Amino acid sequence: MRIAIVDESAARAAIIQEGLAGLDDCETTVITERRGLIAQIAAFEPDIVLMDLGNPSRDVLEEYFTVSKALAKPIAMFVDESDEESIAASVDAGVSAYVVDGFSKHRIKPLLDLAVRRFNAFSRLETDLAEARGQLADRANIDKAKRLLMNSRGLSEPEAYKELRSTAMRSSKRIADVAEALLIAEELLGGNR
Amino acid sequence: MSERLKIGFLPLVDAALPILAKEHGFAAEQGLDLEFVRDLSWATVLDRLLYGHTDAAHMIAPLAIATTLGIGRPARQMSVPFVLGLNGNAITVSNDLAERIQPEGGLGQAAPVGARLAETIATLGRKPVFGVVHRHSSHNYMLRYWLAACGIKPDRDIDIVTIAPPFAADALESGEIDGICVGEPWNSVAVERGVGRIVLTTAQIWRRGVEKVLAVPTAKLEERRGAFERLIIAMRKAGEHFVDPANWNVNARILSRPEYVGADPALILHAISDRLRLEKGGELVHFPDFMFQYREAANFPWVSQAAWLYAQMVRWDAPHFDPAAAKRAMGVFRPDVYRAALTGRDAPLPGASSKVEGGIAAPTGVGAQQGRLVMSPDNFFDGKTFDPERLEDYLASLP
Repeated sequence: MRIAIVDESAARAAIIQEGLAGLDDCETTVITERRGLIAQIAAFEPDIVLMDLGNPSRDVLEEYFTVSKALAKPIAMFVDESDEESIAASVDAGVSAYVVDGFSKHRIKPLLDLAVRRFNAFSRLETDLAEARGQLADRANIDKAKRLLMNSRGLSEPEAYKELRSTAMRSSKRIADVAEALLIAEELLGGNR
Repeated sequence: MSERLKIGFLPLVDAALPILAKEHGFAAEQGLDLEFVRDLSWATVLDRLLYGHTDAAHMIAPLAIATTLGIGRPARQMSVPFVLGLNGNAITVSNDLAERIQPEGGLGQAAPVGARLAETIATLGRKPVFGVVHRHSSHNYMLRYWLAACGIKPDRDIDIVTIAPPFAADALESGEIDGICVGEPWNSVAVERGVGRIVLTTAQIWRRGVEKVLAVPTAKLEERRGAFERLIIAMRKAGEHFVDPANWNVNARILSRPEYVGADPALILHAISDRLRLEKGGELVHFPDFMFQYREAANFPWVSQAAWLYAQMVRWDAPHFDPAAAKRAMGVFRPDVYRAALTGRDAPLPGASSKVEGGIAAPTGVGAQQGRLVMSPDNFFDGKTFDPERLEDYLASLP
């Protein structure tokens, strides 16, 4: 079977493609560009098109499938009523599937399930990455706030950290938040940063 | 305890009423906590609505009808208890084409611009390509209505393709399309980039054309009827706020925010004040009914509007007129819910739920169940009228 993956996120498309590579008898292509989308899909002649829900070209793609109903292999959105659950799961994950007319249904479900798992895995990766970025930013703020206390109040580094920590505990805030508040206050008061 | 409603929308100025209902506290006054889900395609707005990510959506009216009729996917019954506004779209064409069809500049008139477009097509040596936002959109139906009435056969003389609104300017610039019928701010974005000129507004094709609606799956509407009636009250207040010139600036700034429309507040201000810059560097042109809101029960879901949309669907899309389908299509618009929400409040409610569209030639007082209602001219540019009771005759009379 031939699967086209349409996704403006090249990273996510790569993760899905890698997941599908394990399937037997499966040829995939990835399309990330809006321009020439329809021509690329037409040239590939897919049995299945997977597209991310956030893709602004979805209406364009659906229009193409509607118009191409006159063609030999019409494609329609996969909305098998007998499998509402896996459709709902795919919408939750953020992927829509379009399937060539006549493609056997029992082959679609495992494929869609796989795509959903891969989409979800990518979302988790993104969340982890955002968290890691947040942690890095937190650490940088804490370091800056420590230096500020060391310079302005002549504290040692451990003393400065202790000061931040006890303030955080008293006001039930995170140390990083106290550090950020201190930096903002310093900026408002015209500190020379 | 406030009740949460999630509302899906596309970044367009006519998503204004639910957004302003939240931002100005009208929803909170009604015990509602509105949350918004911004998407970039109607297909995704619809998917989220059907699979429960959202409770209601800003939607192109014909898509709610197509979904109910099961066109393109299994049928799901939708309800429209509130029209989010009338018109607000324009036709923008490439500078080259504008030179041929509206050479004197300024806003054209539908009939002469159409006539010059017909002459241009005859000499162009290729089919011009026009973009619309979706097959099931008022943009598509208004454009086709105008073309057909000017002797141009859509599909034979002209290609109509789908373009996502944010890419309208790109597509004009690259020559992918020669013109587009789209909502604001996307016409103005193309003008500011100098890639096209606004030659007509859709209000010049049909003075009171139904545009976006609030769509709700019928099962969800029944289940949470009280919350939706309170949402109608809040959106009506937002409409009153929206049309007051004193609020235009603040509303333009709210709508311009990245989580909403995400566009230049100056351009959004043009649309909500009915003033458009038609070409780059040109003066603002005032067209009073460009985006018609609030007044004259503009948000009332007239059953005859649903019938007109169904007629266009049959005309351009569906194979045959089917009285049962017509009935289901007309049942999508829910004046009963609108009335129930606003009975006993300061809002005019018409006596009838259906009218002859295009039938008002001069300001006319109409029978009202509540309040006083005077309706202004609502004509189609070709002078035709649409009587929902005589749908088949109407279809037979069209070019």
